Amino acid sequence: MPFSLLKFGLNKDFPFEQIADLPSPTDLKSHYDVVIIGGGGHGVATAYYLAKYHGITNIAVLEKAYLGGGNTARNTAVIRSNYLTSAGVRFYTESVKLYERLSNEFDFNIMYSQRGQLTLAHTDATVRAFRQRAEVNKHFGGRTELIDRQAVGELVPSLNLNPAGMPILAGLWHLDGATARHDAVAWGYAKGATQRGVELHQLTEVTGVDIEAGRVTGVQTNRGKVSCGCVVQAVSGLSADVSRMAGFHLPIVAYPLQAMVTQPVKPFLDPHVSSSALHCYVHQTSRGEIVIGGGSDPYPLYGTRSTLELKEGLIASAVEMFPFMSEMRLMRQWAGITDMTSDYSPIMGLSPVENYYLDAGWGTWGFKATPICGVTMAELVASGGKVPDLIAPFSLDRFDAFRQVNEMGATAASH
Amino acid sequence: MKILTCPLNGPRNIAEFTYGGQVKPMPSPTEATDQEWAHYVFYGDNHIGVVREWWMHTPSSYWFIVERHNQTDEVIRTFDPAELFDAGASPATEPTGADS
Repeated sequence: MPFSLLKFGLNKDFPFEQIADLPSPTDLKSHYDVVIIGGGGHGVATAYYLAKYHGITNIAVLEKAYLGGGNTARNTAVIRSNYLTSAGVRFYTESVKLYERLSNEFDFNIMYSQRGQLTLAHTDATVRAFRQRAEVNKHFGGRTELIDRQAVGELVPSLNLNPAGMPILAGLWHLDGATARHDAVAWGYAKGATQRGVELHQLTEVTGVDIEAGRVTGVQTNRGKVSCGCVVQAVSGLSADVSRMAGFHLPIVAYPLQAMVTQPVKPFLDPHVSSSALHCYVHQTSRGEIVIGGGSDPYPLYGTRSTLELKEGLIASAVEMFPFMSEMRLMRQWAGITDMTSDYSPIMGLSPVENYYLDAGWGTWGFKATPICGVTMAELVASGGKVPDLIAPFSLDRFDAFRQVNEMGATAASH
Repeated sequence: MKILTCPLNGPRNIAEFTYGGQVKPMPSPTEATDQEWAHYVFYGDNHIGVVREWWMHTPSSYWFIVERHNQTDEVIRTFDPAELFDAGASPATEPTGADS
């Protein structure tokens, strides 16, 4: 160790404050212009862009546990934009573009790694759907193409081309598919936001929402009451439950989503590989672990318990795709709570309460949308409720008007 | 393995069952407005606690009702839907003038 470094570390004036990523906790103020419920990726990203682009810094992000400790930490960190509908593809493509430059923006490495995503087709109907998805994606600036069975085999030599008696006919090859370290995304946004004056209050649970004449006037927390100019709700997993405090219901049902990782092995798998027919997707992290994920649980639960049935099903599918994985050991498993909407798209924008903004319904597709959610929700809040075009199709009233944005076929995880 | 007690077939592995959604009163299809119908189709109660749900024992296609805590996953009781039908408070088939 260089002597100067040792001296620096032992120095009485060791500059903790300058080195710490987040400022020390403070007391809650009595009033904030914006209160954001939920200190996950979406919440802190909204605070970050409000402070950066709109000059609004009197913001409190209230998190009942700790920064990025909910579903931000429980997803499988897949970033992609190869959805089906114009509304969906346009939105997620913007998110991918923001992710590509996020490490530079933060001056903090989010370990963004663009290794492509390959979705497998086992039936003619899926091939037709892929053709459409490839064209829609190209139209909005994404890089997606349909490739044949031989090309699939060349791209992923370790893949079994005839898994579970369902031969692979073709693949949807999405070059923009990527992964990033999910904790780092939340930390990067939180660091950037707090440097600009935003207050992040961890271990601060919202227990009530004060509403007068159809407007939010404040929130009650376990640390006292604060008044506020408006509220952003970004609490995926518990969206429907939290919205009840504000006096309205959401068309959301909460299901657990289970995933797991194996022990680390030498690199053999570059892209993400996903099969909707096998209800399973697999990718290798930069540490060498294989992440195995799939669809949500078969019935709703506000809990993160795991079940043997779902694990067995996922492992069976993963082993069908990569037979040698039967020799590997599992290292960790976990579950998150997913807010499922009936059309597999989020609910963003206005709510029945005038200055209470929604960022909800993030089912199994929330992590990949983190940056663009921050940008659009910040725009919505700063303009006092003018809904940005990009999120207009995801409004809550689409359910009453039967104008759903159907992404069921493109979520790959839940059908 | 989680066991669910079917009122017809007795205790069985929960993998044999299909979840069928929350039990909620259906508005009259002929008289409800579009908005009332949309709320019936898409919205639920969303509270955390004991909920009443439709479940089916898949191999025997037998539908019944389960009372379950949606956070602890504890099943409180399972029963034949006739219990609700006979009480005249059927959640799925509110008798309407048009049908009779």
